[in-house]
Amino acid sequence: MKSAVQLKALRPRSKYDFDALLRERGMALAPAAVDTLQVNITKTCNQVCRHCHVDASPSRTERMSPEDLARCLEILARHPQITKLDITGGAPELHPGFDGFVEKAVALGKHVMVRHNLTVQLDGHPQTKESKEYLPGFFARNRVEVICSLPYYQQFFTDSQRGAGVFAKSMEAMRRLNAQGYGAEGSGLELNLVCNPVGPYLPAPQAGLEADYRRELKAKHGLVFNRLYTITNMPINRFRLHLEKSGQYEAYMDRLLAAFNPAAAGGVMCRSLVSVGHDGRVYDCDFNQMLEMDAVDAKGRRLSIRDFDFDRVLSRPIQFDEHCLGCTAGAGSSCGGATA
Amino acid sequence: MSDYYESEDLKKFGDIGKHGKQLADDFFKYYGNATGTDGALSKREKALIALAVAHAQKCPYCIDAYTTQCLETGANPEQMMEAVHVAAAMLAGITLVHSVQMQNHLEKMVL
Repeated sequence: MKSAVQLKALRPRSKYDFDALLRERGMALAPAAVDTLQVNITKTCNQVCRHCHVDASPSRTERMSPEDLARCLEILARHPQITKLDITGGAPELHPGFDGFVEKAVALGKHVMVRHNLTVQLDGHPQTKESKEYLPGFFARNRVEVICSLPYYQQFFTDSQRGAGVFAKSMEAMRRLNAQGYGAEGSGLELNLVCNPVGPYLPAPQAGLEADYRRELKAKHGLVFNRLYTITNMPINRFRLHLEKSGQYEAYMDRLLAAFNPAAAGGVMCRSLVSVGHDGRVYDCDFNQMLEMDAVDAKGRRLSIRDFDFDRVLSRPIQFDEHCLGCTAGAGSSCGGATA
Repeated sequence: MSDYYESEDLKKFGDIGKHGKQLADDFFKYYGNATGTDGALSKREKALIALAVAHAQKCPYCIDAYTTQCLETGANPEQMMEAVHVAAAMLAGITLVHSVQMQNHLEKMVL
């Protein structure tokens, strides 16, 4: 079977060819560091968001094995250069090994970030019905950074993207995090929000939108947070299907291409992190992971956590494709928000 | 072509320079500076004004373009709808204020 990279080479030249765009601009994007291990530990989620690039849902069952969780911890222990663990999913809290994974990474002295969809606190596990109401206290005890999805500070956009009732539950979940000290000045408990546009358009400028969120969430709901990260929707998987079905794929790709920003490209996240799939395969980012575009070393050999070698990972050529235009449009986009 | 106002035609806006490049270039420079930059007004405020003008002038191209621009500058549906109401109220007011002219003339015509 041909790899995603080999299949890409067989396709006819596209006007959205990201590698060609970089060549035309005289740009080369190589890894600058590997300071973050981003691990996607499960595709199970209590929500079914319309833009989700993971195609996560309550019926998905893929999850990382205990052995591979241990391998990730061993990699973190062995590499002081990798200072951050970014745990994502699905809803990562639905993995039965989530709590232990967090506690052990914290014990290693790593900065742990959890991609938290807020509603899982109230919905619990969609398959086992296990309650997740303990999460705010658990997060606070371990002093993890909590990064929460909230596409807008009002109900209409939020429920349109993430499902009916999600906004009200998100406000309640934020209230519970605030009650633990999250988002409060001086607490050291970081509560950051993520805004994805609710359709095929670029995010609003991050600083201005953050000010709007801060004012409105405080005034209408009495809630506080630290930072807002704006993230562009990637034209892959569920969101791509929506674009194609609604006849908007080409218009969206044209929009991304026209907004290509070299300054944003320099800060793309694949230059400082690697992404690990639930099966232990290594990717340049979570989006490549969902497209099964494996990261390869300089000799073209696939990378895995089973034979993780820092120098091979750092010297790898990053794999690009059309969707990478999503990270380089406008003010740029990464797991930490705008890049320019 | 069998219809007016094809949505695909919006992409051809730049083609207005085909038979008058310099004037088109001058216009697009002015247009970009006036609508697409933060100045004394923010880009969001400008997008909401443009959305209102698009409705008042009944331009479907501009309605699509500035609905997107409003979203990309962080406006919400309530703000966008209020902008359209401002346009509607202004158009109603402009119509109604002309009734003063009608009344002035009426007074001349009636003994």
